[in-house]
Amino acid sequence: MSEVVISVRELTKCFGDFTAVDRISFDVERGEIFGFLGANGAGKTTAMRMLCGLSFPTSGSGTVAGYDIMHQGEEIKRHIGYMSQRFSLYNDLTVWENIDLFAGIYGLSKSETKQRATELLERLNFASERNTLVGSLPLGWKQKLSFAIATIHRPKVVFLDEPTGGVDPMTRRQFWELIYEAADRGTTIFVTTHYMDEAEYCTRVSIMVDGQVRALDTPARLKQQFAAETMDEVFRTLARGAKRGE
Amino acid sequence: MRRFFVLFKKEFLQIKRNSFLPKLIIIFPIVIMMLMPLVMTMDVKNVNIAVVDLDRSTASHRIASHIEASEYLTLATVTAEFPLAMEALEQGAVDVIVQIPDNYERDMMGGPTEKISITANAVNATKGGMGMQYVVQTIARTLTELRGEKMPVEVSELVTIENRYNPTLNYRHYMIPALMIILFILVCGFLPALSIVGEKEAGTIEQINVTPVSRLTFTLGKLVPYWLIGLFVLTIAMVVAWLVYGLTPAGSVGLIYLGAALFILVISGFSLTIANFSETMQQSMFVMFFFIMLFMLMSGLLTPIDSMPLWAQRFTIILPPRYFIDILRSVYLKGTTFMDMWQNFAALGIFAVVFNTLATLTYKKQA
Repeated sequence: MSEVVISVRELTKCFGDFTAVDRISFDVERGEIFGFLGANGAGKTTAMRMLCGLSFPTSGSGTVAGYDIMHQGEEIKRHIGYMSQRFSLYNDLTVWENIDLFAGIYGLSKSETKQRATELLERLNFASERNTLVGSLPLGWKQKLSFAIATIHRPKVVFLDEPTGGVDPMTRRQFWELIYEAADRGTTIFVTTHYMDEAEYCTRVSIMVDGQVRALDTPARLKQQFAAETMDEVFRTLARGAKRGE
Repeated sequence: MRRFFVLFKKEFLQIKRNSFLPKLIIIFPIVIMMLMPLVMTMDVKNVNIAVVDLDRSTASHRIASHIEASEYLTLATVTAEFPLAMEALEQGAVDVIVQIPDNYERDMMGGPTEKISITANAVNATKGGMGMQYVVQTIARTLTELRGEKMPVEVSELVTIENRYNPTLNYRHYMIPALMIILFILVCGFLPALSIVGEKEAGTIEQINVTPVSRLTFTLGKLVPYWLIGLFVLTIAMVVAWLVYGLTPAGSVGLIYLGAALFILVISGFSLTIANFSETMQQSMFVMFFFIMLFMLMSGLLTPIDSMPLWAQRFTIILPPRYFIDILRSVYLKGTTFMDMWQNFAALGIFAVVFNTLATLTYKKQA
């Protein structure tokens, strides 16, 4: 019954003689919230960029939304959303102009764009800010807007690279509500984070150390396996053995 | 189509929101077109002349007074001793020394003539060279006059020099098309590169790269706005040339726009290609500057290609501005038609296709 949306086998990326991602393999099912954890420099972003068709794997294989990551990068891009670690909407465009731009790029018609944008602004309580320049919004709002734009074309999978970095607990909570809503609609969420409380919210969690996936299971079973009280302990147990520094 | 349109609109919105660019796009052509033709003149004025008069005749006086009357020459001193004049030349007070030999007037009428000697300070090669030419012309006129009075039949072979006289205004008209090209290179050569590298630095290009937008659509979205801006800049430049210098194209205005439309595509495509290879603003600007130096100094904008060494002349075949400067000058000053220089248009067309294909192919969405 379950449908595999992301499937990766022995995926590797080397930069010169540095192996950033070392033969990782996993499957993600439709509607899952997949937590992709790891210390800084563990290779999370590199792995994610390969899945999004931004970076070619050195070896290994994988599919995203049914398309091959090696050869069908552009097909994958039609079916995914991506929110990078660094805020990357246009600061010199307004909220509405950013939505219109990306909706247009994803091939939404004018009327579809208008309808979805209005709906989206209402859901975020953003209607009054539609003509505000994005650069002048507070960080938390920017992140929410980024997420909304990354999902405007209703992608099968959305990749979130540390989406809640640097925002207050209140906004983080709201952000996770957005993630749950999207997951309920059937969107698969692939998310990296450094907050262990957020890891608890995930359906399954993988933990990367030195470019390899060292653990992969539901938070409850991971805690059991490592005889830990919290995800934080699990993470620390694994990360302690890391060779790569900060 | 809608993909292209939203990107195009975004580019214009970004330019409009920039606090500096819209002003620059309007003020740049006006200032360059108003100021530069006044400054960029090869005409030499106030050439200081010392006359070493060993003859002290009517003829030598006449020569001195004609030099004094010339618009371009200033009679600094009249002396009977060459070393004095030489000293003044060395000090820089005098640029050209004219020495009239003893018995010049008497010998002029027949027999072996000792010649007038002209010595010029050529440290400033232009001033020395041009000054010397002016002096030769002035003396030639005086001599023709003198001979005409005494033996009306004989016509001096020196009369032909008179045609070389180049009134200041012509030189200015010669430079105006070159200035227009410099404007295109600055506006349409730098802005597209800056815009792409700016997106790389801001990280927004990654958000674009993760969308299904095609490389061609993205490249066109960057190209077309600057193409329109370039044509706008051309319009301002032509209006200024007309209002301030009274220069209007002798040939068809449409032909000028056609040439400009192609040339801007060439230079913008080139700029985008460079940007695709650059990670930072510094890098892209430095590389752009190198090529702009080549474009400005080697494609006949400022100095004629014909007087370059042969290898350099051959090299200019791959410099796109060379073809456009030819078009612009011929159409503006001579009124040349399309059929006379279709080869130049074809060359620009080929460059436009090559550079924009390169710009599209070198834009990597996946690395």
